[in-house]
Amino acid sequence: MESKQPVMSSRHISLWYDKTRALTDITMDIPEKQVTAIIGPSGCGKSTFLKTLNRMTDLNPAVKMGGFINFLDKPLQQYDVVELRRRVGMVFQKPNPFPKSIYDNITFGLRLQGVKKKSDLDAVVESSLRRAALWDEVKDRLKQSAMGLSGGQQQRLCIARALAVNPEVVLMDEPCSALDPVATAKIEDLILQLKQEYTIVIVTHNMQQAARISDGTAFFLSSQLVEYDTTVKMFENPGDQRTEDYITGRFG
Amino acid sequence: MTNRSVTKTKEQVIETGLFVVAFMTVVFLMLILGFLLTRAWPAVQEVGLREFLTGTRWMPSSRTPGYGAFTMIYGSLMVATGALVVSIPWGLAVAIYISELAPAKVREVLKPTVETLAIFPSVVIGFIGLVVLAPWVARTFGLSHGLTAFTGVIMLSIMALPTIVSIAEDAIASVPQEFKEASYALGANKMETILFVILPAARSGVTAAIMLGFGRAIGETMTLLMVAGNALSMPTTRVLGLPLPNFFGSVRTLTATIAIEGLDVPWGSLHYSSLFVIGGILFTFTFAVNLVAEMVMHRKEV
Repeated sequence: MESKQPVMSSRHISLWYDKTRALTDITMDIPEKQVTAIIGPSGCGKSTFLKTLNRMTDLNPAVKMGGFINFLDKPLQQYDVVELRRRVGMVFQKPNPFPKSIYDNITFGLRLQGVKKKSDLDAVVESSLRRAALWDEVKDRLKQSAMGLSGGQQQRLCIARALAVNPEVVLMDEPCSALDPVATAKIEDLILQLKQEYTIVIVTHNMQQAARISDGTAFFLSSQLVEYDTTVKMFENPGDQRTEDYITGRFG
Repeated sequence: MTNRSVTKTKEQVIETGLFVVAFMTVVFLMLILGFLLTRAWPAVQEVGLREFLTGTRWMPSSRTPGYGAFTMIYGSLMVATGALVVSIPWGLAVAIYISELAPAKVREVLKPTVETLAIFPSVVIGFIGLVVLAPWVARTFGLSHGLTAFTGVIMLSIMALPTIVSIAEDAIASVPQEFKEASYALGANKMETILFVILPAARSGVTAAIMLGFGRAIGETMTLLMVAGNALSMPTTRVLGLPLPNFFGSVRTLTATIAIEGLDVPWGSLHYSSLFVIGGILFTFTFAVNLVAEMVMHRKEV
């Protein structure tokens, strides 16, 4: 899978929570402006791997890691973590807007960076909400609480919030698992739109979703990367028996 | 009778019994309130509520009696507010430290320690204030004696601390992990996350903690009786021409007045009745504060 220049490349990443091994020797490249899906059964390490990509794993003091990950020209550890997380945004499994207004949710990251000018903030609010396909639904109630939105709207708001700081990579950790099929379809459309501008890595337990929206798919099993190839190849002609068993629903 | 119906009857009896016991608390509340109001009524009728709330001459047993309780309202509000000025930042800092920053081992020691502060009888705290803090205040600030509002404020702020810490800490600790993750993922550091995400998300609980701390402070009797000097005066000072409370003067609180005068007041006299008016004023303060706290805590989060 070397169709495009990798934005991130993981080399021999291993990770432990105390004594429990969560990742074993993961080596894979994340190509630019594509959707890369990570699939696998619960507990296979797919979410943990995603969290290593913006160093959210640093927040857990029990985590120990080996190997390295390059983001563009240098390893993640050489980035200032604040800058890294601005450039590598994240959307979580459960929609988690802050209990603040829609406007304040979107501008949170910018305000942290010291942007204060109202016209600048207004412009980013509109462009982020438009890119997250939420503008038309909320443009008249930007000052209202984000908690009043539906689950699907909340998740698109979280995507807009991540986009507001203009990241290069967006990590999504099962972003549709708490949503109904209609809201899921909207997010999937959105992801296909977003890959024009952003590199997207999505963890999903939904194989149809991976098949629908991703260009490349990685299959994780018991902390290891079993197989990583184009999504078409993975779903039509997997190279590993375990991949085939998982994809055809024989376990998982 | 079958076994089953025996069990059923038994359950019925227990349930009714529990209802009666629970209902008794409502009855007692009503009785106390009713007693307070009926005893206060003669004085309110004779003197008028206006004199109680705005008058500054309190001499109920004089030949020319005065029933102005404003001096004590001033004293009570002054020490309670002063205590909160100290204990809010202090209590919030402790609550934030316990729930967000302290290592697990420190937290396990600190939390019960703060809560233990609440179990000291107020007379003990008052006595310590009297023999340790008051002389220190007198020496340090060059006063003739140390029984001042300032002394009361310090002791009271320590007493309000456990209330504020434990309620604020609960509120802060119950802020969902997801909010914190979202904040970190947007590039916030720990302090920014605490200030801009955790505290705003916990604000109703934090407000309730402050209100209940105020209720604790305004209702406290013994400590203030012992250390605040009990002078019927409204000490003021001028700072840049503005009249401000002078915390190095002695004050008497509403609670202390009832405790001091309630012992030897002739029963049934106007003085006796007027002490119930003071009780009513006190009750109104604490009731209002608790009501607001309750409303804030149960308000839907924005």
